[in-house]
Amino acid sequence: MADPMVIVDDLHVVYKVYGKGGDRGTAATVLLRILGRKTRGSIREVHAIRGISFVANRGDAVGVIGRNGSGKSTLLRAIAGLLPPEQGNVYTAGEASLLGVNAALLDDLTGERNVVLGCLAMGMSKQETREKYPGIVEFSGVGDFIDLAMKTYSSGMGSRLRFAIAAAKSQEILLIDEALATGDAEFRVKSHNRISELRGEAGTVFLVAHNLEEVELTCNKIIWMERGQVVKQGDDVIGIIDEYIAASGGAPILRDPVTKERVKPHALDGAARSS
Amino acid sequence: MSDPKSPIRNRMTASRKAYDRMAAGLRANGTGRLASPGRLQAGDVGIVSPDLEGVALATLALQYGLRPSALRPSPPDYIRQLWRRRHFIMAFATARNIAMYTEAKLGQFWQILTPLLNAGVYLFIFGYLLDLSKGIPDYPAFLVSGVFVFNFTQRAFISTSTVITDSLPLIRALQFPRAALPLAYVMIELQQMIVTMAVLAIILLGLGEPLSWYWLLAIPALLLQTVFNVGVGLLVARLGSQVNDFSQLLPFLLRTWMYLSGVLFSIATLADSRNLEHEHLLIALLTLNPAALYITLIRLAMIQSQRLSQPGYKAFNHAKCELWKHLSSSYHGRLLYDSAYCQPTVNPHHYWYYGIGWAAVALVIGFFFFWRAETRYGRG
Repeated sequence: MADPMVIVDDLHVVYKVYGKGGDRGTAATVLLRILGRKTRGSIREVHAIRGISFVANRGDAVGVIGRNGSGKSTLLRAIAGLLPPEQGNVYTAGEASLLGVNAALLDDLTGERNVVLGCLAMGMSKQETREKYPGIVEFSGVGDFIDLAMKTYSSGMGSRLRFAIAAAKSQEILLIDEALATGDAEFRVKSHNRISELRGEAGTVFLVAHNLEEVELTCNKIIWMERGQVVKQGDDVIGIIDEYIAASGGAPILRDPVTKERVKPHALDGAARSS
Repeated sequence: MSDPKSPIRNRMTASRKAYDRMAAGLRANGTGRLASPGRLQAGDVGIVSPDLEGVALATLALQYGLRPSALRPSPPDYIRQLWRRRHFIMAFATARNIAMYTEAKLGQFWQILTPLLNAGVYLFIFGYLLDLSKGIPDYPAFLVSGVFVFNFTQRAFISTSTVITDSLPLIRALQFPRAALPLAYVMIELQQMIVTMAVLAIILLGLGEPLSWYWLLAIPALLLQTVFNVGVGLLVARLGSQVNDFSQLLPFLLRTWMYLSGVLFSIATLADSRNLEHEHLLIALLTLNPAALYITLIRLAMIQSQRLSQPGYKAFNHAKCELWKHLSSSYHGRLLYDSAYCQPTVNPHHYWYYGIGWAAVALVIGFFFFWRAETRYGRG
C-alpha cells in the first residue's frame, strides 16, 4: 500500500525582486508612496514555479534535474514550507527540512559557537545540542581549529564543518540541494556515507543535483524541470536522464545494454555503492 | 482503497478534530481548495494506485493526513514554538552581539564607549552650548538618562525594521517561527541596554547622585520598555518586510519622536513653565507618549531631584508654584524643586499604569500583526 509523504498540488511560486534602480527618493516621496500604496516601478515578480503536481511516497528518493534557474531550489524551498505558494499547495506528512545550515552561521564567531548556533537553529534542544556536539566536531575533522573564528578556516575546512552541522539532524523529509560533497577525497566519501545514512533514516528524500551520476545512483524517481515547469517526471530515471542529456546537447552516456549501468564507473561511485 | 468519492471518512474518523482543524486551516490559507486543478495522471511520479487516477490531490492529502507545509500555526501553537526556540533566540542574539564588534580594535569596549560618546555629545550641545537646563534640577543627569533610555527604543526600531530583509537567506533555509528574529534583535538591544544602564549608574554616581533603593525600580521599568519594544519590533518588522521604503522613513520619524519625548526638556513642568496650562490635549499627548513614559519612569527611579521636583510630589501650593514659574528660569538651586507644588491632583502611580498599558497593547497588536503574515516572509 502506497503511503504518500509529499503531495505537490498545482504549485505556483512567485518571488519579488527589488531592482537596484536609483529611485530611493526623499522622506517625503517615500511617505507619499506608502500613503498612496503605490509600488515601486523597479519591483519585478519572478514566476519561478508554474504549476507543478506530483506525489512522492514513503521510501522514495526523488531526483530533481534541470538547468540553472529552472526552479529546482525554489521547488525544494516550497516543499520545506519556506516559500509560500502563490497558488496551489504543498502537503507534507511531517516536517520537511533542507539539508544546510550555512545561513545561520556567522563567520566572525568561533567554530564552537557556530556548532551550537547551527544546532539550535535547526530546532534541536539545548540537551540534544550538547549530545551531538562531540560527534559534529569529530566528523568535521576541524580539530583544534574549533576554538578559532570560522573566517580563519580554509574553505575546505569551513565547508566540512558546515556539512557536519547540517548532517547532525535526521529529518523525516530530507531535501538536499546539490554540491554537498565538498572537501578532499576522504571527506567526500565520508559525507556520501553520511548522506546515505540520513536517507535511510528519512521517509522521503529529494535530491537536487547537477551531478547526474549521483541522481542515477541514489534516486528511484526523477523530475526534469525547465523554466518552472515539469518537462518529464516518472520512475524511468535512466531514460529521463539520457533524454535530458540529449536535450542539453551533451554526448550520450555509454551504458551496458543489459544492466543499463554506465560503462566507465567513476571512483566515487564505488564508494557510494558500497555504503 | 475505498470509494475515492468519499476518501476523507475512512482515515479521519479516528481524528475528527485533527481533520476539522486542517480543513479550517485549508480554508483560511485560501490557496488549497478541495477541488484543486492538480490531479494525478498516468505517468506522474509516485502515482498511488490506478483507482486514484483523477482524484484531487488536496483530497488525497486530507485522506492521508498530510498538512500544508506553509501552514500558519494557531496563536497558542505559535507561542509554544517560540518558547521551544528560546535558546536559539538567545544564542542568536549573543552571537550577533559578539560578531558586531569583532572587526573593531577596541572590541566589546564599544558597548561602553558608544553610550559615553552619546552622552558627551548631548551634554556639550544641549547642556552647555544651548543650555536647555532652565527649570530642571540636575540637568546633566536628566539629559543623559533620557538619551540612553530613548536610544534603547530607537535602536530596537531601526534594527527590527530590516530584520526580515537582512535574514532572508536564513528564512529561506530553515523552518522556525519568524517572530524569533525580531525577538532576537530586541534581545541584542537589551543586552546593549544593560551595559548602558551600568554606564548610566556610574555617570549618575559621578554626578553626585545618591545610591538608593529607588534605583531598583529601574528594573521593572526597563522590563516594561523591553516588552513594548518587542511589540513594536514585531509590528515594524512586518512593515519593513512589506514596504521596503519603511526603513528609509524610520530615522526621520524617530528623530521627530525623540524631540517630542522629553529627552531634552521636562514634559511634566512644560505646561507650567511655558504657560501652556490650557493646552490640555497637547500636554496629555506628550505625557502619554510611550517613549516619554519609560524615560520618566527611569528618571523617577534613578534621579532623586526628579522625584522631589515632580509636580504632585508635594501638596498643591499655588503661591509656591507661581513663584517657581516666574523665577525658575533665572535661578538655580532649591527653588527648582518647587515645581513639586504644581499639581493639584496627586497620583504618583499613574506613570506605571500607562507604562504597563502601552507594553501590553504593543505586545498584543504587534504579535497578531506579525503572526498574520507568518507564511509570507520568505517571499522577500
